[in-house]
Amino acid sequence: MSQGVMVRRNVHIDLRVNGETQEASFAPYKTLLEVLREDLGLTGTKHGCELGECGACAVLVDGEPQLSCLVLAVECEGRSIETVEGMAKGAELHPLQAAFADLGAAQCGYCTPGILMTAKALLEREPSPTRDRIREAISGNLCRCTGYQQIYEAVEEAARRMKESA
Amino acid sequence: MMRLPWFEFRAPSSVAEAARILAAEGPDAMPIAGGTDLLPNMKRRHQTPRTLVSLRRIESLKKVSNGAGLTLGAGLTLTEVIHEPKAQPYGALRQAAAQVATVHLRNMGTLGGNLCLDTRCTYYNQNYEWRKAIDFCLKKDGGICWVATASKRCVAMSSTDCAPALIAIGAKAKLVSATDERELALESLYNNDGIEYLKRRPDEILTEIRLPPAAGWRSTYWKLRRRGAFDFPVLGVAAAARFAKDGTVEEARIALGAVASRPFLVPKAAEALVGKKLTDDVIAEAATLAASRAKPMDNADLDLYWRKQVAADFVGYALRELRGDDMRGTRLRIARQIL
Ligand SMILES: Cc1cc2nc3c(=O)[nH]c(=O)nc-3n(C[C@H](O)[C@H](O)[C@H](O)COP(=O)(O)OP(=O)(O)OC[C@H]3O[C@@H](n4cnc5c(N)ncnc54)[C@H](O)[C@@H]3O)c2cc1C
Ligand code: FES
Ligand code: FES
Repeated sequence: MSQGVMVRRNVHIDLRVNGETQEASFAPYKTLLEVLREDLGLTGTKHGCELGECGACAVLVDGEPQLSCLVLAVECEGRSIETVEGMAKGAELHPLQAAFADLGAAQCGYCTPGILMTAKALLEREPSPTRDRIREAISGNLCRCTGYQQIYEAVEEAARRMKESA
Repeated sequence: MMRLPWFEFRAPSSVAEAARILAAEGPDAMPIAGGTDLLPNMKRRHQTPRTLVSLRRIESLKKVSNGAGLTLGAGLTLTEVIHEPKAQPYGALRQAAAQVATVHLRNMGTLGGNLCLDTRCTYYNQNYEWRKAIDFCLKKDGGICWVATASKRCVAMSSTDCAPALIAIGAKAKLVSATDERELALESLYNNDGIEYLKRRPDEILTEIRLPPAAGWRSTYWKLRRRGAFDFPVLGVAAAARFAKDGTVEEARIALGAVASRPFLVPKAAEALVGKKLTDDVIAEAATLAASRAKPMDNADLDLYWRKQVAADFVGYALRELRGDDMRGTRLRIARQIL
């Protein structure tokens, strides 16, 4: 392979994660998922299939749900990244987190951060989504244990609570 | 952990600059748009480009413009295509884009990347160790096709949803390199070869897709897959027709996807519609003609014989929808998605 002659240098960029800008230095081949978990210590975002087939790694990039296992971290300079760590405000859970806990919408919890972020983007755009819209929005997030019923109900409950407190 | 291999990363801000980099680096360099096809492939060591040329910062690839018809930049994400008001008259494109992968992947993947999507096969889309264990295959690192062991050619399957839709619509593709540019009918961008599946040269960038005026035309896309999300097509049927006021078909195109190494038109089936109204008999005849050209291989999900068998049904659904039948129930049963 011709890679032997390649100059192997880290890239240094500023990443804006959960509203805070941080300097990061990493190998250019690293995905956003790898940089979040390994370089920034943000292990809330889960590492599932690594191939775009499960949604466990979903984060918001400029407010839009994307799969961090298929985003190159070098491409993220100047973009806003939101992860599950940014959801709670101090000790206060985000209404989605609270509703997921109250209604048993997480069992092993592995899919939960990806679903929370995906649902957060949905509710920011559509404060009162129908069941069909919720189903469609999280159809790219696999859950292998809870089953989707409780998850749909928790998203609906969070939407209700957010409207009441607005 | 499946790590990406090392590569040099370039992020030009114009097509001209990207084309210069591709020309200078040769075939060891590859463009990357959304990365939703290329990055999984690189993790599995299907492709190990020395240089990745990101197209994400090139604003001109995001343009949408009206003229005679509609021009869509190759860098638009599928989500952007689905919501583009000017693209609404092109039903087949919207339905195809909306059925690609998942919401997350449509937020990332681009129209250009979808049209240049690598071909797929159960013996190829596996990690390096898996492929090594079967001594690799013709498409990558090996000498034999495990799907058809006597085959001299790789039979990996074209798996793009948007290509058959755009081919039925009659779209053209524009390719730009450092030295020239050319425009070709989208159908002729493809070869029926699992390895050399594109006529695009490694130094060319797909910059725009040009759609003819939609006035008078109706188009639709039907996709077969196991789940209502995630899965690649194992059959794609696109149909477009221009109708006279009394419902007589004046012009038509039927395209098939995921049943060969390229998406392709079936002119005989389309000709069977011209000058006629879409009666049940006319639809049945065209469906049989189109389905006879579907030659799926045993290298994807779902039973091979069944996939071939339902091809005629799917052409029938598409033509009935063009005729104006209310197909929402059938659509929901098959797509498990409101389109
Ligand atoms: C789990 C999963 C499910 C999927 N399901 C589907 C599906 O159902 N249907 C479907 O069609 N696709 C599917 N895909 C594939 C992919 O997400 C889409 O096809 C997407 O549109 C590809 O676009 P991209 O911008 O991400 O391509 P990239 O990965 O960036 O590029 C793909 C290829 O095209 C080349 N390329 C990209 N842009 C250009 C350009 N402008 N000029 C020249 N070459 C270019 C790249 O070099 C690369 O070879 C799926 C992917 C995953 C991971
Ligand atoms: S880990 Fe990213 S989609 Fe599964
Ligand atoms: S809670 Fe276990 S995968 Fe969803």
